[in-house]
Amino acid sequence: MLLRILSTFHIEFAIALRNRWLSIAVVMMVLFSLVLAIAGSAPTGALGADRLSVTVASLTSLSVYLVPLMALVISFDAIAGEIERGTLPLYLAYPVSRGELLVGKLAAQSVLIIIAVCLGYGAAALVALWFSGWGAMDGMAALLRLVWTSVLLGAVFLSLGQMISGLSRRPSAAAGMAIGLWLVAVVLYDLGLLAAIVADDGGAFTTRVFPWLLVANPADALRIYNLAASDAVGAASGLAGAAQSIALWKPLASLLIWVVLAAGLARFAFGRVKL
Amino acid sequence: MTMLHISSLTKRYGGQIALDGVDLTIAPGERVALLGHNGAGKSTLMKMALGLLPPSSGNITIAGHAPGSRTARDLTAYLPENIAFHPTLTGREQIRHFLRLRGRLAAEADGLLAKVGLADAARRRIGTYSKGMRQRVGLAQALIGGPALMVLDEPTSGLDPVSRREFYALLDELATRGTAILMSSHALSEVEVRTDRIAILSKGRKVADGSLSVLRNDAALPLTVQLRPRQGFTAQVAAAFPEAKQVGDILTMTCAQTDKLGILTRITAVRDTIQDFDFLPPSLDDIYVQISQSAA
Repeated sequence: MLLRILSTFHIEFAIALRNRWLSIAVVMMVLFSLVLAIAGSAPTGALGADRLSVTVASLTSLSVYLVPLMALVISFDAIAGEIERGTLPLYLAYPVSRGELLVGKLAAQSVLIIIAVCLGYGAAALVALWFSGWGAMDGMAALLRLVWTSVLLGAVFLSLGQMISGLSRRPSAAAGMAIGLWLVAVVLYDLGLLAAIVADDGGAFTTRVFPWLLVANPADALRIYNLAASDAVGAASGLAGAAQSIALWKPLASLLIWVVLAAGLARFAFGRVKL
Repeated sequence: MTMLHISSLTKRYGGQIALDGVDLTIAPGERVALLGHNGAGKSTLMKMALGLLPPSSGNITIAGHAPGSRTARDLTAYLPENIAFHPTLTGREQIRHFLRLRGRLAAEADGLLAKVGLADAARRRIGTYSKGMRQRVGLAQALIGGPALMVLDEPTSGLDPVSRREFYALLDELATRGTAILMSSHALSEVEVRTDRIAILSKGRKVADGSLSVLRNDAALPLTVQLRPRQGFTAQVAAAFPEAKQVGDILTMTCAQTDKLGILTRITAVRDTIQDFDFLPPSLDDIYVQISQSAA
């Protein structure tokens, strides 16, 4: 079983390299990280936070928007592409299970996200070190936390991309659905919550339901976890009050549950693909 | 012993019947061609034999095992119709991957690719291959490990006549070593005579199953007789064979399979007026069309 997963990992990674997904992801992450690391340094003095913590606060937003988008772009073709090329019935006639195929693909695509996130945020750390010397190291724990939670968020959206790929069966339809999911999950969801809070004006929704809805979205869970876990980052983001009203374990649990749930959804969608 | 055993296989999609009570058995070393129009149920039957589709009713076994079971998958090789593979991979990478999925050594890839005539193109990306070359990659993966049962869906489509001949030579080699082969095709002329048996599907039902000569007899199509009179004797020959039509110098008529000797006797009777004659059997495509239409 392990050999079949490794071989699938190997071939998927080769495909991702040739498709330039890795170079595109790395360039995007490094470019945005550098811009935020350099431009986002202005408020340091006023807030009393170290430079890297301030940068992490900006990078958190980058993770929320860019990592899900990258993950969906990398994964939307996973099943629909095999159907289109006619290779899916062939693979399934081999002694390899649907689960093994998915795990191999997910592993290869996760490595792409890991490389892109590490290089991007590593570049940001170097900029912080360059400008502030070793004083910037205070924020290193926050940066590492952002790196591994971003990878978890990436895994969630890779699996959701695979799920979409299995449901839509055609690469073009899968691409459209992936963009739709991204818009809903990271843009419209928050706007909807914001509108609801304004309308509710501090009522029961805002105090009881809203925190759960916020945590239930994996992208928001990543944001809250990273802002709440570090005082300096929270201060720099200006959202410390909001973030700290939610217990730290909740957003982390949400992220972890989503990783498993999304993988399960992808497997379920793949299982429904008829040949 | 049978390698593939199919009995009363039926597949329904909603109210539509794709396959209706089909029986088919293939022994080790036997080459069976499955013929039918598009939508006759060939691919459906193959996918069920591979365990990719569940039958609505009926029974399939592969060397006694259920299709799709681990043992059945280990024994079976498959070549799907119109396979494309990922364009950015090289033929070599793709075959090495397939070898590893079967738990075999990736190093066997070069030998397999050489066997299907792709040794020189092995390190080029599949995106640069012609349709025939992609089909050869598909064939190379089907050869992995010398399978006990090969299921080939329209394997010769996209192959030029030379490649097709090489392809049949490979099948012969496999069959001699005991591989049971089930291959589908649109046309009888494509499968040539190098199959042991031919099964014809029409609208989901099996309408014929036998060797080419059996099918020839079943179709009972007339032979074409061509007579070439000696110079100046055309009128005499035409008088002796009033049923014949004259086109240029040649007289053409039809003759039932059973009446060959009768015609031959009449030709012998006027032997001095005839320069040459031919009995032309019905073409393979004529036989195929006749059988699938008479069943419908």
